[in-house]
Amino acid sequence: MNKDKLIIGGHEFRSRFILGSGKYNVALIKAAVECAGAEMITLALRRVNSAGEGSILEHIPQGVTLLPNTSGARNAEESLRIARLARELGCGDFIKVEVIHDSKYLLPDNYETVKATELLAKEGFIVLPYMYPDLNAARDMVNAGAAAIMPLAAPIGSNKGLSTKDFIEILVDEIDLPIIVDAGIGRPSQACEAMEMGVSAIMANTAIATAGDIPMMATAFRKAIEAGREAYLAKLGRVVGKGGVASSPLTGFLAD
Amino acid sequence: MKQPVDHMKYMEGMEVISSEVMDRVIADREAYDPSYYTAAHVQSALGREHCTQEDFAALLSPAAEPFLEEMAQKAKTETAKHFGSSIYLFTPLYISNYCENYCVYCGFNCHNRISRAKLEMTDVERELKAIAATGLEEILILTGESRKKSDVAYIGEACKLAKQYFKNVGIEVYPMNSDEYAYLHQCGVDFVTVFQETYDSDRYETLHLAGHKRVFPYRINAQERALMGGMRGVAFGALLGLADFRKDAFATGTHGWLLQKKYPHAEISFSCPRLRPIVNNDQINPKDVHERQLLQVMCAYRIFMPFAGLTISSRERAGFRDHVVGLCATKISAGVSTGIGSHVEEVSEKGDEQFEIADNRNLDEVCAAIRSRGLQPVMNDYIFV
Repeated sequence: MNKDKLIIGGHEFRSRFILGSGKYNVALIKAAVECAGAEMITLALRRVNSAGEGSILEHIPQGVTLLPNTSGARNAEESLRIARLARELGCGDFIKVEVIHDSKYLLPDNYETVKATELLAKEGFIVLPYMYPDLNAARDMVNAGAAAIMPLAAPIGSNKGLSTKDFIEILVDEIDLPIIVDAGIGRPSQACEAMEMGVSAIMANTAIATAGDIPMMATAFRKAIEAGREAYLAKLGRVVGKGGVASSPLTGFLAD
Repeated sequence: MKQPVDHMKYMEGMEVISSEVMDRVIADREAYDPSYYTAAHVQSALGREHCTQEDFAALLSPAAEPFLEEMAQKAKTETAKHFGSSIYLFTPLYISNYCENYCVYCGFNCHNRISRAKLEMTDVERELKAIAATGLEEILILTGESRKKSDVAYIGEACKLAKQYFKNVGIEVYPMNSDEYAYLHQCGVDFVTVFQETYDSDRYETLHLAGHKRVFPYRINAQERALMGGMRGVAFGALLGLADFRKDAFATGTHGWLLQKKYPHAEISFSCPRLRPIVNNDQINPKDVHERQLLQVMCAYRIFMPFAGLTISSRERAGFRDHVVGLCATKISAGVSTGIGSHVEEVSEKGDEQFEIADNRNLDEVCAAIRSRGLQPVMNDYIFV
């Protein structure tokens, strides 16, 4: 397990848990990061901008890689402007592309996201596009220079789990970049299931931020993600994977 | 005797847009009969994952009143799902209280003998600086509705200044044309609030006796023109109690719902003012909107459009405001004054308040109250692009 690293854009991470930061009581972010064992945390630039106690940056422990997102962008051009601002503010080269022009469901616009990925990759960002799990769009994002693909599991904030499971599995099978499930994961068991499927990492926010005991839930997610990863590496037993085995072999007649 | 202006007819210079939204809102309001709904309708609405317009109608009905606790529980869950612990702070800044309208319920109306004032830009800047120094990052610029005294250029200059001191600038001024909204967007404004007051056209006519505001359709279509002008978000509100508040709340929610469907990117928010003691209050006949009914309306908005912003007015008492943030409301004002030139002593121009506020706590006090409920005061969650 020690050699099992998550590599994104040439950067190595031991943790496969990316923590969202948008819905917290900021005083609890540090505890959540530590209990989650997270090495990467997302943050909306529009919140980074804020001064005083509302500034999330003040509450993020040293050594954690920042993954600023472009929330607020409604098209590729706006995401580029926000990403540049993030870089100017010292948030590093990682960028999670969020291009959304639907205020109701907050579903990402894959078309604009592909365009944004290309623009940002050309500027040297390590681009992680948040997307609706569509294989064709994911391939376009790979070709545009993405460093990982972040398909949604369910509508953001819904805590509904792997609603798009079949489509994420297709991405796991077909895309060579890390697949990081983002949005919709509501329980540690769902995170574990996604990891068992072979996704590379999990991003969660609401599920932890709204839990009764935030540090404890962060711990629970860490354990679930580790368990799912180990199960994936161990390879699921054939009974679980494919169901029962017929007691009379179908090919037994070949010995007749 | 001079004939009153037809309140359904546009005045010269008012932009007419091709939109079906107003007709749909009015028709749906007409058809809505709150007494039709039963406990079964309400329970069905509460049991559904996604609230339909029909469910919204049930939740606003008298039959839903016994289910207020269940509504509050559901509203709180939805608020947490969409907004987490975040509670947004802002304050209004009144820069002029001149008004050309005769709205019988309003303290600013042109026949009320109140002290009128309009701030010069130097004083606008003084007020902005003073408010920014408190730590607020979002401001709502307000004027009385006088195009002559506070024209678009004047508002634009004030907004340019506001953008220097605040990350997020909204306006609550008279309705204008889409090109004027586009200009104000260039000046740094991204959010437009227009209160329709009442969606009952007949009642509207009797309450708005003169001035541009008398033109009912021009006001209803203001939010759509604002979105056409490039604004990011629009806010809606009926002054609950002017007419049947259930029908007006239904129309308000329907208005926001239809515009979000038509402009999916638009950020929608609602305000819930109700009648409070003001000059001329005795000339109207308000329906009773007690706190219980107000909370019912707010929870219904939250359940119907869980992603929408919901602002709680400083017209309400501190205890009520503190309990509804995080439950259904997502935005609260602090350090509020509805008078002119009231944030800085040195500003010589002073004008009277539009209405009395019931919560005059400053920013620190409001933030402390938010924190004490385990919530997070947020000064800004927005970026102008």
